[in-house]
Amino acid sequence: MAAQLDNEQPARTVSTLSTLPGLRAKLAAPSGGCLPARSGVSLKPAHFRRVLETCPDIGFFEVHAENYMVAGGPFHHFLGRIREQHPLSLHGVGLSIGAEDPLDEAHLDRLDALIKRYEPASFSEHLAWSSHGEVFFNDLLPVPYERATLNRVCDHVDRVQERLHRQMLLENPSTYLEFEASTMDEASFLNEVIQRTGCGLLLDVNNVHVSCVNHGRDALAYISSLRLDAVGEIHLAGFATDRDAAGAPLLIDTHGSPVDEAVWSLYAAVLARTGPTPTLLERDNDLPSLATLLAEARHAEDLMLAAFESQGRGLCGGCS
Amino acid sequence: MTYATFAATLLAPELPCPAGLRAWNGADPAARLAVHRNNVVSSLIDAVADTFPVVQELVGEEFFRAMASVFVRQHPPRSRVLAHYGAEFAAFVDGFAPARGVPYLADVARLERARVLAYHAADADPLTAEMLGVAMSSGEELGRLQLVCHPSTSVVVSEYAIVSLWAAHQGEGDLSAIDVALPESALVVRPGLDVLVLRLPPGAARFVIALQAGAGLAEAAALATEVAAEVVAGEAADFDLPRALALLMSHGALASVHFPRSHSQ
Repeated sequence: MAAQLDNEQPARTVSTLSTLPGLRAKLAAPSGGCLPARSGVSLKPAHFRRVLETCPDIGFFEVHAENYMVAGGPFHHFLGRIREQHPLSLHGVGLSIGAEDPLDEAHLDRLDALIKRYEPASFSEHLAWSSHGEVFFNDLLPVPYERATLNRVCDHVDRVQERLHRQMLLENPSTYLEFEASTMDEASFLNEVIQRTGCGLLLDVNNVHVSCVNHGRDALAYISSLRLDAVGEIHLAGFATDRDAAGAPLLIDTHGSPVDEAVWSLYAAVLARTGPTPTLLERDNDLPSLATLLAEARHAEDLMLAAFESQGRGLCGGCS
Repeated sequence: MTYATFAATLLAPELPCPAGLRAWNGADPAARLAVHRNNVVSSLIDAVADTFPVVQELVGEEFFRAMASVFVRQHPPRSRVLAHYGAEFAAFVDGFAPARGVPYLADVARLERARVLAYHAADADPLTAEMLGVAMSSGEELGRLQLVCHPSTSVVVSEYAIVSLWAAHQGEGDLSAIDVALPESALVVRPGLDVLVLRLPPGAARFVIALQAGAGLAEAAALATEVAAEVVAGEAADFDLPRALALLMSHGALASVHFPRSHSQ
């Protein structure tokens, strides 16, 4: 698979993109300041210089907002220059939208400052909590799917969108546990948040696969029950495989390996429904070369074009 | 299950799995909760390891991760910004009994923490000789001159050879030739994109600390002279102000200069 390449040059395979440059231009055309319906990769400090030197042909870069909540230094130096060349997606990992506590207004202020500084095409966060009281856990923790939690999440999403003056995308979680308190399924919960707040959906296809395997669910049925018209971005990533106490497979969302074949298949199924959609190849651990990430991104774009050609339908482009 | 009970179990391996959790196949949810417990502790240990790589090299990965796992449970992050995490680590190492055999470990941690703070500190243009010259020829009383350090500047004073130890772990110098009992002070500064670590004479270290506390030139130089005059390793030294200024300015450790407004107007 293309993702196994480890040299520093982008893969130059014959693809629909290179044979149909006009189509690439169509995919690349963003509508109204949103992410282009192309693929992007996580921007990591280890790749800063390489990105600046090579200015890769990529739809966008995505960064974790919290990493840039520092006063100055190399992170801002490089992000500022890379932002001049590429669209940016700002992805929060610490806002704790699912928490019992009120949102951290100081953190919203920091997000607002970053958005004003870098003008990202998209801001996204997770359906999860990561803090309780004064402690930040640096993990995405699960929420029960019941009314009181739904109301609180909607209030929090409303507040985020009000404070940041923009629509946010909410990401479906990867989960390992279920709550006895849950009274609805995850898709119904997400759909109602989307309906009530007007937020978009960041559809993490790896999370869909991980959660459906972990809870014995049908991933295609789950996807079919989601508000796919609200999808503004897709995430793809790799997982690790473990076993639970009963010996059933337990997939761990590690972002530390190439995208699995099962996730590519699900992704193609999603694209057949959504059309080309901004897609991030998300990698946070065991970081490979930039070329390897770009090759995976190119594969995602090939699948996008295949969906575009077979459907001949309008481009999603992340803005609906 | 409440958020509070779930949260409490994340950092306390001795606590049982909270009630109200389940798995589709009836499996014990504790093994699934363990994914989160492991994510929390191991990601925080990784964050500590990222900030303190030389501390890890000095004690070995296994000892370091065991020590860090105690630290992250005692001092979990209070900030959502992990670049700020680890402020209490050096003091924790100081009090961590199993590490007592490596008495310089906590000061190396202070140096590494100072490097991370410098890396992310605010940007500022360095003070130039022209700017200093203009201030010195302004006719004001020179002793009241206020030198303002670059936002990334800090000094770590140690009873041990922390600069030599740190440098040896960057491949500079021979680790086995270092006399760890020789006191060293480090100047940490990031004039551009790269963080610098320099050995400072005791007087110059005291000088920078005094400047950062708001002392004027004369007061800072007097404090530096006192420290320099103390006998270190059998030798007393003079505080050489021009040399200290040249050293600080050549590495971008000073950002601006002014006279206090109060009685110059």
